[in-house]
Amino acid sequence: MSGPPRAIGASVRRNEDGRFLRGGGQYLGDIALPGTKDVAFLRSPLAHAAIRGVDIPDELRGRVHTADSLAEVKPIVAVSSAPGYRRSEHFPLARDKVRFVGEPVAMCVADTRAEAEDLAQSLLVDFDELPAVVDMDRALEPDAARVHEDWPDNRVLESTIQAGDLAAAKAAAAVVVRRAYRLNRHASVPMEGRGVLAYFDSRQDELVVYSSTQFPHLIRTILAEYLGMPERRLRVVAPDVGGGFGVKSNLHPEELAVAALALRVDHPVRWVEDRREHLLASQHAREHAYRVTAYADARGRLLGIEADVRVDAGAYSVWPWTAAMEAGMSAGIIPGPYDLGVYHARVVTVATNKSPLGPYRGVGRTGACLAIERTIDEVARAVGREAWEVRMENMVRKDQMPYRSATGKVYDSGDYPESVRMAARLMDVAAVRARQAQGPESGRHIGVGFASYTEQTAHGTVEWAARGLPLVFGYESATARMTPDGDLVLEVGVQNHGQGLETTLAQVASEELGIDPGRVAVRHGDTALSPYGMGTFASRSMVMAGGAVSRACRLLREKLLRIGAHLLQESLDDVVLENAGVRGRGGRAEFAEIALAACVRTERLPPGEDPGLDVTTVYEPGASTGAYSYGTHAALVAVDPGHCGVEILDYVVVHDCGTVVNPMIVDGQLIGGVAQGIGTALYEEIPYDEYGQPLASTFMDYLLPGATEMPEVRLAHMNTPSPHTAYGIKGMGEGGAIAPPGAILNAINDALAPLQAEVNETPATPRRLHAALRAAARRPGGERA
Amino acid sequence: MKPAPFELARPATLAEAARRLREGDGMARAMAGGQSLVPMLNLRLAPVDCIVDLGRIAELREVRAEAGSVTFGACVTHAAIEDGLAHDPTGGLMRRIAGGIAYRAVRNRGTLGGSLALSDPSAEWVSLMMALDATIGIAGVDGEREVPAREFTLGAYTTALAEDEILATVRVPVLGPDARHGSFKMCRKTGEFAQSLAMAVSDPGLHYARVVVGATEGAPVVMERAAEAMRRAGGQAWSAAAEERVREAAAADLAGAGLDQDAFAADMHAASAVAAIREAVRR
Repeated sequence: MSGPPRAIGASVRRNEDGRFLRGGGQYLGDIALPGTKDVAFLRSPLAHAAIRGVDIPDELRGRVHTADSLAEVKPIVAVSSAPGYRRSEHFPLARDKVRFVGEPVAMCVADTRAEAEDLAQSLLVDFDELPAVVDMDRALEPDAARVHEDWPDNRVLESTIQAGDLAAAKAAAAVVVRRAYRLNRHASVPMEGRGVLAYFDSRQDELVVYSSTQFPHLIRTILAEYLGMPERRLRVVAPDVGGGFGVKSNLHPEELAVAALALRVDHPVRWVEDRREHLLASQHAREHAYRVTAYADARGRLLGIEADVRVDAGAYSVWPWTAAMEAGMSAGIIPGPYDLGVYHARVVTVATNKSPLGPYRGVGRTGACLAIERTIDEVARAVGREAWEVRMENMVRKDQMPYRSATGKVYDSGDYPESVRMAARLMDVAAVRARQAQGPESGRHIGVGFASYTEQTAHGTVEWAARGLPLVFGYESATARMTPDGDLVLEVGVQNHGQGLETTLAQVASEELGIDPGRVAVRHGDTALSPYGMGTFASRSMVMAGGAVSRACRLLREKLLRIGAHLLQESLDDVVLENAGVRGRGGRAEFAEIALAACVRTERLPPGEDPGLDVTTVYEPGASTGAYSYGTHAALVAVDPGHCGVEILDYVVVHDCGTVVNPMIVDGQLIGGVAQGIGTALYEEIPYDEYGQPLASTFMDYLLPGATEMPEVRLAHMNTPSPHTAYGIKGMGEGGAIAPPGAILNAINDALAPLQAEVNETPATPRRLHAALRAAARRPGGERA
Repeated sequence: MKPAPFELARPATLAEAARRLREGDGMARAMAGGQSLVPMLNLRLAPVDCIVDLGRIAELREVRAEAGSVTFGACVTHAAIEDGLAHDPTGGLMRRIAGGIAYRAVRNRGTLGGSLALSDPSAEWVSLMMALDATIGIAGVDGEREVPAREFTLGAYTTALAEDEILATVRVPVLGPDARHGSFKMCRKTGEFAQSLAMAVSDPGLHYARVVVGATEGAPVVMERAAEAMRRAGGQAWSAAAEERVREAAAADLAGAGLDQDAFAADMHAASAVAAIREAVRR
């Protein structure tokens, strides 16, 4: 772009970092209101049980609340218009029955959290234990216990996709590859957990709810409905939020319970999630199982794909996404960046007695990417070719753009094969093959793997409406307000929780007005402060809020030019806006002079000009189908067959998110996403035992990648602007987390190939590698080093 | 994750600490660095009425070098050993092991004695003190006694300590100039608990050879056959055949240890023993 040096395209240092680095951020746990009492939830120790009663000693009455105390609060019900979809009722405190370990049963209130936990510990709940539904395949058997007794079985939703002539693909196939893959369940683990603080403000006559959320406006809308009060009497504030990654884009039962409690007491109440609660009871991520059959010709050209997608969605549907979103998004994007006309899928979402599944960075697509990218590698192996070459040959070409996929996704722009070519060059595959030919290195086998993906971002009204959700997230809003001293305040309905939006939105303003981003304050996260907006999720905020800020600033610019021309006594045709001022042929009016006139010295305004410099507007992208970022990741790993460990030796990302607003922030988003993808691929997992007990409830059992597990990620960029968005920006918040499981498992399997062993499940733990090596050693013809 | 109410005692002497533990009648626990106990309290896993903080007992932080051995007070921290602030009778082995325990923040507070008194099977010191044939000094109301490290840890989180006794000292023999040692810790990421752990110490001058595998289901396993295989492999070039002999010996030791281990654990422990012995022999 051609704007000023700190506008779009510049690696501007972040406006928000000053307060974060000085410890000046204010997160939910930092808010100190006089008289606040802490809430501890008594949570179910059982996966599935009827509640016969909760024994509350008389002396604890008023300090302990159960479902009975919140009788008029409506349950969380996520609805969908998809045919056959089954809704669940999720009460903020369990009523009659608990359906997962960690489900809130009672709310205990005390002066401190420790005392509230003492109360919780003193309660006795009379449970009648029921058989737990733990395994999603077992859950689909006719005699399985039912999570929701009014359902005929445990299916949340089953659907099919049938595109193209599968019989013809089968008949023409030279090779058929069948594999099963599994992406196991884990948690989101933002730096800051969830949390809510609520109180009734009698002066404003409103309930104020502070929540560590990604979408305060939507929380206000749904809380109003479930609490049965008008929205004008509700204010929701998201203060500084220490990471969201999707888990904070749901309405949580704890949010509803604490908000309801605040209406019943005369003091603020607060719940701050601890790590154990997060691992047990926050909305979990992933848990997909796939069976994929690929039909290909002798060169590895895909003729058709058949997929069976099952997702274990846990006990309830999260609001607003529903339990069916994960499987639907996965099945819709399994064709990935490939030119694939024949695609048939069966898609099942299963209810089990586990914590509800919700969105997590990459939503659905991380599993789809693992499934299709592992399959591509096995097709390549079957035809004896390099997987990256087979990948490229199957991809949608640049000249096919825009391209409509077998599932109706419209890929807007880009050169997909080029991303593979660049990644292969950066990884130097030939050099890797030469190293491999020398045999193991100190007993370790090295391997290289690729994974490519597309990332639908900033999808609009039509796309969301088609998904059948009750809310449509097709626009964003912004207010641009110039202060009398000539600086700018932007108020936006999205929420910034690490994306750098306080800087990048200021850069958009700088692009339009020539004002330094340091003179732009970006306000967000408060329903009392900004126009209605949807929030930050689905990689939408830069495109959507960026577009809204752009429109608002352009409207402001017209007025600034008119006033500026008048102050300079020049014709509008003779003035230009540049460098935070209006320049004419004979002089220059700074924004400060113009704003002073507009706001407080209105006698200086041109005749007929309204006072004020205050614009609110909205933005919708030019097409609803989304701006597609894409990329290719390549991993080089070393696998130690003795201790079954995996070390990532090198990691390459080639990425295209169109026009980049702030390259430094984009790089950070990519690397952070890769870290989380490495977590999915190698470390993070919450297994459940046969009774539905989660086996990872502290960081002793739940491993996250740390600095020592992160490779130096080498990044390369392509820049193909989207034709649908302001400036050609594409969202890119999730892509980093989509490809790593596919790339890393492909690399591990490349390393294991000489040992005839194969791993198709994440995380690829030493135990799973060991099982794969043993299975290979037992197979006839298999060998082991 | 906040602890239930408890009383905090901060005695200045070992005798006073032992008295408080006896008065606790099974509901008092001694705390050194607190790096395991405090999380357990926060998770409300350990019912405790009284915490007896050993941090103010000066003698527990002393290190005494004597002829043939060094005696560590129980409250010497991992970091003090890692940083070389305490004598190392093992020619660098203790320093190296200390530096691999968890994370620096844990090492700053965690202690040698606390680790042994808890006897988490995956703790480095539990296996290493057995491998070094250290002696544990125990103080109680009724006096002091000594127990060889090998007889101190009886199982996972189970030791020879009575409820009212305190682990006071750890006496480590000085290794000879010809001593060799090796170690291997298998863990899924830096700083995590070991999935498998092996220590190998060979001191030809003292006719001493011992191999210990930890992070098992129970107490660490002292591996007699593997130690013999290490002795035989010493002084010769390391070969594939020697490695296979060591592996077979380690596997036989593990098979005879009465552990309830699956194939994964058995293979990992054997591989760890091989790695530790290889390092001890090849160096």
